[in-house]
Amino acid sequence: MSFFAQFDLSVIGPSLPFIWTGLLFTVKLTVIAMTGGIILGTLLALARLSPITPLAMAATWYVNLMRSIPLLMVILWFFLIIPLLTGKPMGAENSAIITFTLFEAAYYSEIMRAGIQSVPRGQVWAGQAIGMTYAQTMGHIILPQAFRNMLPVLLTQTIILFQDTSLVYAIGAKDLLKAAEIAGKNYNRPVEMYVFVAFVYFVICFALSRLVKHLQSRIAIIR
Amino acid sequence: MNYHWNWGIFLEQVKAGEETYLDWLITGFGWTLAVALTAWVMALLCGGIIGTLRTAPQRGLAFFATCWVELFRNIPLLVQMFLWFFVVPELLPRELSLWIKQDMPAKEFVTAVLCLGLFTSARVAEQVRAGVQSLPNGQRMAGLAIGFTLPQTYRYVILPMAFRIIIPPLTSEFMNIFKNSSVAFAIGVLELTFQARQMQEDSEQGIETYLAVTVLYFICAFVANRGMAFIEKRSRVPGFIATSK
Repeated sequence: MSFFAQFDLSVIGPSLPFIWTGLLFTVKLTVIAMTGGIILGTLLALARLSPITPLAMAATWYVNLMRSIPLLMVILWFFLIIPLLTGKPMGAENSAIITFTLFEAAYYSEIMRAGIQSVPRGQVWAGQAIGMTYAQTMGHIILPQAFRNMLPVLLTQTIILFQDTSLVYAIGAKDLLKAAEIAGKNYNRPVEMYVFVAFVYFVICFALSRLVKHLQSRIAIIR
Repeated sequence: MNYHWNWGIFLEQVKAGEETYLDWLITGFGWTLAVALTAWVMALLCGGIIGTLRTAPQRGLAFFATCWVELFRNIPLLVQMFLWFFVVPELLPRELSLWIKQDMPAKEFVTAVLCLGLFTSARVAEQVRAGVQSLPNGQRMAGLAIGFTLPQTYRYVILPMAFRIIIPPLTSEFMNIFKNSSVAFAIGVLELTFQARQMQEDSEQGIETYLAVTVLYFICAFVANRGMAFIEKRSRVPGFIATSK
């Protein structure tokens, strides 16, 4: 009872503009990491499936390495390593963008690999038989189908990515969660802010997952 | 790259105290194992129950289980940590809330286990549901036909098979729980990631620190993977699920 008597929603209104900038960064990070991750992940998947052994091995190693370390450690690693390699300090926001793109590429590549392998092998032969090069076969026949088959899974991974971006908290980047926390401290109302931010995450993720479900039933290729 | 390597750092003493950095990492490893394993037990129990309820014929129970899964799946783990740590005590009666804030032993640990356990339970529940639904309907009917009640059918016929079928996805969940336990650093559990950050700041030997911690996480994932593979092999039912190999 005491809780609801003290629960003061009025602090949320004035802090909305500040929280909005946090949400914008979270969305920006998600969109960049998704786009970059899918492009890089597709290249990684092609490398893993290529007949050139060293290339395939390198890609396999990269993917397995990224997938067996906690994301938090990867974030900390990149935050430490990038300034050492480039010789100049890098802000938490840019470091987060690079980290998430490279990290998510490993997860997207596993999805794209499954997608490429889901296309019947005969289609590769058909492409070659009519004189297409490797790039043409992939670009015009295999990848469009792989992408379409895997679209729901790619989007589900993006929802996970959206949630995972909250971990940039560890290096102090100002995302949705961090912005809400700062607002909570300013108004001395952390409890309301944590509840509010959880609500925002829930609404966005729940709506997106419903959308994916709807898409899943519409997009399947009938064979 | 201008970096001073110092591999002896692990045996050196921390700046304020008698311990070595190695002691910090060992403590961290212990807490990581404790959080992950306790949370895993909880996730299996709750996930098993919730996953079963999702397939129950009673609409109300199935709806409750669906809400459970959606709630824990659609909020980031880190936000859930903060909710359990800062918000939930405020919801409780005043005396209990005060006791939790002031006197509860190992408060961070208990909170982290509760949070990670329930978070993972939603994922386990989804696997259990998929396992139950992948069984031919005849098994349920056979159970009911020989006079089992529905709970008995689940207990003796459906769940033993379902759990065996879902061992591969459970293996990746088990490996995930070690990785996810790193999020507990945010509420002050002295686990590996917490110690890594602390040691990196204290010693300024970031690369050595993170390498050591990364190797320890690798070991967790590897042992978890092998352990589950062993259970998978031992629990095979003859005549089912790839016994020919």
